[in-house]
Amino acid sequence: MSSNNLDTLYRQVIMDHYKNPRNKGVLEDDSLTINMNNPTCGDRIQLTLKLEGDKVVDAKFEGEGCSISMSSASMMTQAIKGRNIEDALKLSEVFSLIMQGKDYEDDIDLGDIEALQGVAKFPARIKCATLAWKAMEKGLKEE
Amino acid sequence: MDIHDIRQLFPILHQEVNGKPLVYLDSAATSQKPIQVIEAIDTYYREINSNVHRGVHTLGTRATDGYEGAREKVRKFINAKSTEEIIFTRGTTTALNTVAASYARANLHEGDEIVISYMEHHSNIIPWQQVAKQTGAVLKYLPLQEDGTISLDDVRETVNSDTKIVSIMQVSNVLGVVNPIKDIAKIAHENGAIMVVDGAQSTPHLKVDVQDLDCDFFAFSGHKMCGPTGIGVLYGRKQLLENMEPIEFGGEMIDFVGLYESTWKELPWKFEGGTPIIAGAIGLGAAIDFLEEVGLDQIEAHEHRLAAYAIEKMSAVEGLTIFGPKEAAKRAGLVTFNLDDVHPHDVATVLDAEGIAVRAGHHCAQPLMKWLKQSATARASFYLYNTEEEIDKLVSGLLKTKEYFSDVF
Repeated sequence: MSSNNLDTLYRQVIMDHYKNPRNKGVLEDDSLTINMNNPTCGDRIQLTLKLEGDKVVDAKFEGEGCSISMSSASMMTQAIKGRNIEDALKLSEVFSLIMQGKDYEDDIDLGDIEALQGVAKFPARIKCATLAWKAMEKGLKEE
Repeated sequence: MDIHDIRQLFPILHQEVNGKPLVYLDSAATSQKPIQVIEAIDTYYREINSNVHRGVHTLGTRATDGYEGAREKVRKFINAKSTEEIIFTRGTTTALNTVAASYARANLHEGDEIVISYMEHHSNIIPWQQVAKQTGAVLKYLPLQEDGTISLDDVRETVNSDTKIVSIMQVSNVLGVVNPIKDIAKIAHENGAIMVVDGAQSTPHLKVDVQDLDCDFFAFSGHKMCGPTGIGVLYGRKQLLENMEPIEFGGEMIDFVGLYESTWKELPWKFEGGTPIIAGAIGLGAAIDFLEEVGLDQIEAHEHRLAAYAIEKMSAVEGLTIFGPKEAAKRAGLVTFNLDDVHPHDVATVLDAEGIAVRAGHHCAQPLMKWLKQSATARASFYLYNTEEEIDKLVSGLLKTKEYFSDVF
């Protein structure tokens, strides 16, 4: 098997987020709820965000999907917690550039998200990785 | 023709994908095309291309002969009584939508019932949902047995004198089951309903005889049966088609155009507004010639063998669940499955790295996925060019997938 190739996609940290998702669940009360699905494959996500002023103070997700979509959702919630809306949207733009295999400002600390870089080499899986980010963008842009 | 000769006729099969020989197991999504079909389309554009039914010139006549000749091939292929009953469409979806938009909207009223089943493809669900909304008719679903088959007792229980349309797929694109269309049509007719058949997954693989099935409408696509994309067929019983209004209006379908009123051409042309899919129809004709040369009986037997072999080998993979009936006798040549703890997308990606193409997702059958309690599944589907050796590669790919995902965890 061309494992080297696959290993660029299925990095250890991705598998860790898939098996032990962070921020899994639903936020109650006056949180923002965004439902999104990928109609071509059936993946779906429910994202709940708690905002205070222009800050994302909490984020949780529920959903069904493959290792890439679910680990990306886990990483995304982790990454935006504590950021203000503008920063979170900026991060989303950077993520989109990464998925397209384009250059981005490297002064941004991506943390675990960096592990998803390999997805860009698997065009069929890019939509899996971007689902949660699109949900986040949709929610925050409406605010 | 033996399998080696058949494979030689499909140029696309002889390539490497991700450094491995291509193993194409996604023919239920779309089949590959033999050289005869590719050449028929090539020749059409190089030597014949012209618009049909209008030119006095020689090419116009040749194009018309090619297009109408393809219609006759289709008629013979599904044993329709007349070419008036063969309407070229863009595919199965357009064909079913034509029945819904023309026949159903004109003939159904509040309280009438439409019966479909849980296993239907979206293209045999949504047109009826729309008809129900527009006419006030009620959409009812036939339940499925434990193994995914339809029981005739359930059909008898669901279909009644209020039922106006029964629309069922002949072969399921997920479960692989072959439905007893002839028996269902009999029950539909006894209750005064018409029988519509989604033949997208059956026509490529088994001998279809619309008169023997006694169905009123039958829809199928060219691209799943070695033909090009963008061409399909709606067969309709002449008496029904005659009383139906076209759904597309414009060139090609008219008889006489006045300032405020127009009249339509005769069947089948009144349903073919605009310049038709000439190259597509000619390509489909070439595909039919090819399938008949190989023989539908031989194709069906070959796929049956592959399905039986695949079920046997795949059942031996620990943690693998196969959906649909386990007896190969009840199915067509496809196997839908899931691997414990590995999402079907991930299965498909690992197999792709081995050069093996399978489908992963909901297969345009979300109600069925709900019934199966799966958000998605993987599917390997076979056609006349697949071999047992390829199924062995699939199985070893699946074992590697399991191994890979247990390693990374």
